[in-house]
Amino acid sequence: MLPKQEAVAMLLAGGQGSRLGVLTKKLAKPAVPFGGKYRIIDFPLSNCINSGIETVGVLTQYQPLILNDYIGSGQPWDLDRLNAGVHVLPPYQHIDGSDWYKGTANAIYQNMNFIERYRPDHVVILSGDHIYKMDYSKMVAIHKEHGAACTIAEIEVPMEEASRFGILNTRSDGTIYEFDEKPKHPKSNKASMGIYVFSWDKLREYLTRDEANPDSGNDFGSDVLPAMLRAGEKMMAYAFSGYWKDVGTIDSLWEANMDLLNPKVPLDLSDESWKIYSRNPTLPPHYISGRAHVQNALVAEGCNIYGTLDSSIVFEDVTIEAGAVVRDSIIMPGAKIEAGAVVQYAIIGEQAVIRENAQIGKRPEDTKDLAQWGLTVVGGGYTVPSAAAVPPKTMLDADDQKEDTAYARQ
Amino acid sequence: MRGNNVAGILFSNVHDDKIRELTEKRTIASVPFGGRYRLIDFPLSNMVNSGISKVGVVTKSNFQSLMDHLGSGKAWDLSRKRDGLFFLPPFGKQDREISNSRIEALESIRHFLITSKEDYVLLSDCDIVCNLPYHDVIESHIRSEADITAVYRHGVIPPHMSEPVVYHVQENGLLRDMLIQPKTDGPCNYGLNMYVIDRMLLLALTEDCVSRNMYHFNRDFIQRNMHKYRFHCYEFKGYARVICSTQDYFQANMDLLDPDIRAQLFRPEKPIYTKVRDDMPARYGLGAEVTESLIADGCVIEGRVQNSILFRGVKVAKGAVVKNCVIMQDTCIGAGCSLQNVITDKDVTVQDGRALMGTDDYPVFISKGSIV
Repeated sequence: MLPKQEAVAMLLAGGQGSRLGVLTKKLAKPAVPFGGKYRIIDFPLSNCINSGIETVGVLTQYQPLILNDYIGSGQPWDLDRLNAGVHVLPPYQHIDGSDWYKGTANAIYQNMNFIERYRPDHVVILSGDHIYKMDYSKMVAIHKEHGAACTIAEIEVPMEEASRFGILNTRSDGTIYEFDEKPKHPKSNKASMGIYVFSWDKLREYLTRDEANPDSGNDFGSDVLPAMLRAGEKMMAYAFSGYWKDVGTIDSLWEANMDLLNPKVPLDLSDESWKIYSRNPTLPPHYISGRAHVQNALVAEGCNIYGTLDSSIVFEDVTIEAGAVVRDSIIMPGAKIEAGAVVQYAIIGEQAVIRENAQIGKRPEDTKDLAQWGLTVVGGGYTVPSAAAVPPKTMLDADDQKEDTAYARQ
Repeated sequence: MRGNNVAGILFSNVHDDKIRELTEKRTIASVPFGGRYRLIDFPLSNMVNSGISKVGVVTKSNFQSLMDHLGSGKAWDLSRKRDGLFFLPPFGKQDREISNSRIEALESIRHFLITSKEDYVLLSDCDIVCNLPYHDVIESHIRSEADITAVYRHGVIPPHMSEPVVYHVQENGLLRDMLIQPKTDGPCNYGLNMYVIDRMLLLALTEDCVSRNMYHFNRDFIQRNMHKYRFHCYEFKGYARVICSTQDYFQANMDLLDPDIRAQLFRPEKPIYTKVRDDMPARYGLGAEVTESLIADGCVIEGRVQNSILFRGVKVAKGAVVKNCVIMQDTCIGAGCSLQNVITDKDVTVQDGRALMGTDDYPVFISKGSIV
C-alpha cells in the first residue's frame, strides 16, 4: 500500500489549444515552448514541487507524444519519487469498454482509482494553460481552515475584460454564492483561475453523481461546481495576486513571452526560492559574434548570434546569421535565420528556416491599415524561401508547404 | 547496444599542482571551464559517448566539489543498477608523497579492478579539453591485438606540460621507442596520458611495480615494460588542449570563441554532458553591448562585454566593461567597473567602479568568494 498523501494534484493537459494554430498541430498545448527554455507545463509542475505537492497525475489526450517524452520520469522537477511523483494518465480501456475523456470532470472521474491509491485529504485540480507562480499549499491551508468542500482560486482582472472570464461572486466572508460564466454585465472583476482544491470525499461524491447524470457535459466549470453550489456545499474563493497569464492565443503567448523582458512585470524566473524547472538541453553556452548587436533579449544555450537581436526571446540552438535582424519576435528551438533576413513581430517555430533576405512580418508602425496587422507565425519545420515576403497576420504550416508556393517578391 | 567491454578510470587529482589558484579548494577534475562545464565533463562524456557504461573516478584529496558535481552520475546517464559511476576515494594508509601517483591510485582500487568484468580498461586524466572518440581508440586496440594502446598527438609539446612523453611510432602504429621529458625542437608525438590496457595485464603490472617499490608511472609502468608487450599508439588529430598552467587555462577558455574549435568540441551527436542548474536564459538589458563572447544561462548583462567567457549566473551592471575575461559562476560585476584580462573564480563580487587589469599572458586571478 502506498503511503497516504495529504494532497494530490491532477493536471488537465489533454486540451488541444486550437487557438494556437500550427503551434499545437503536433503537440498538446502544455508542451508549447515558452520563455526561451521552458514549456508551459513547467509552471504548474514546478509550482507543485515548490508547494510540497509530490504526487501529480497529468491527464493527457490530444497529441501526447512530445508531452509524454518531456515529462518522462519527472526527474527535472524532482518528481521521480519512490512512492509519489508524476504519473502520465492517458484514457484507457476498461471492462465496460473505453472512453475518451469527455470533459474535465470525466477525465478526473476516470482516474479516481489513481487518486484513491494515495488516500488524500485534498485534490488540487490544475490546468496547463497559464504562466504563473503560485504556492498551492497556502490555498490548501485556507481550504482546510474554512472546512470548505471546494476552494477556487480567483484573480482580479480589469473590469472591461471581466466578461471574458468565469466570474466568482462572493460574500464578505469569501464564500461563493454565484458563478457567472462569461457574463455580459459582470457584478465583479474576480475571475476564476481554473485552479480548484477539493476535499477528496466531496469530489468523489460529486464526480460519481455527475457521471450518473446523462445530461451533464462532465465539465468542472459548467457542471460539477454549479451542482455543488446548488447542493449548498461550502465553496470558498482564494484570492491570488501576482502574475497570471493565459497563453491560449497567439497574441497572449507572444505577450507573455515579452513580459519576461519587462522589468516591471512581477514574474521573476531567476528566483532561487521558487525555481521554474525544465528539461535542460545539452548544449554549450551561446555565442555572440563580434559583429552582433543584442539588447533587451533572452537568449538560451547553444545559440550562435551573428546578426541583430532586439526585444526578442530566443530558444536554444538557434542561429541568426550576419546581417539578419530579429525584432519583437520569439524564435523557437533549432530555428535558423539566414543572412539578411528580417523577422519582426513573429513567432518562428521549432527547426524552421528563414532563408536569406526573406521578410517575415511587419511592425505595426509600418502598416497602413492596422486591421490587417497581426503577428506572423511560421510553423515548426517550415522553410521560407529566400527573398520571400511573408505579410503580417499570416500563419504558415509546414504540412501545406509546396515547392511552388507563390510568395510575394519584394 | 550499450556496454563495450571497457571500464573507464579517471584520475581526478593527478595534475592538481598545475593550476594552484584554481585547485586550492578543488580537484583539477572539478575546475570550472567553458561557461558551464567542469574539466571532468570532457573525459567523462567522451567515455559515455563511446559506449563505456562503467567509470571509476579516483580521488585523493579536495574532492568535495567533485562529488557535488558528479552526484549519482545521472547527468552523464551513469546512474544505473548495472555499472554506472563509481566514486573511488582514498583508502586509509596511502599517503606517500610521490609526484606521479597513478600506480598508488591503481593499487588502491585493486578491488574495483578485480571485480570488474570488462576485458579492457581505459585510463585518463582530467586535464585535457577534447572531444575524443574513445570507441575508435578501443577498436584500434582490439584490431591491432595490442596489450597496451597509448593516445598521442602530433605537434609541439605544450610548454609547461609536466613530464611529457614522446613516442617514436613505427608505420604499423607499434611503438619503437619512448622517451620521458626529452629535449625536443619542433613537432613530435607527445602522449596525452590516455591508455587502453587489458585489465588483467593492468593488475599484473601494477602489482609488479608495487612489489618492487617502483611508483613512477611513465618510467616504471610504461617505459620498463614497453618492449615486453605489444604496445600500440593511436594518433588523435582533433582539437585538444592540455591545461598545464593558469595561462593555458585562460587560453583554453578563449579558444572556445573560435567557431571551428566549438564545432569540434561540442558535437550534436557526441555532446558534452554536465550538471544541470535550472537557470533562466541569459537576459540582455536595454543598451547591453556584447561582442565576441560566450554567455551561459542565468547571466544578466546590462553593461559591455567583449571577448569574454561568462559562466552561469554572472551579472554585469550598467556601465561596466568586461574585456578578455573569464568570469565564473555567480560573479557580480558592479556598475562602472572595468575588468581586463581577469579570471574571477565563483561567487566573486566586484564593487561599483573598481578597475582590475591583467595582461594577455598574465591574467589577474580573483579567488572564490572574494569581494573586491
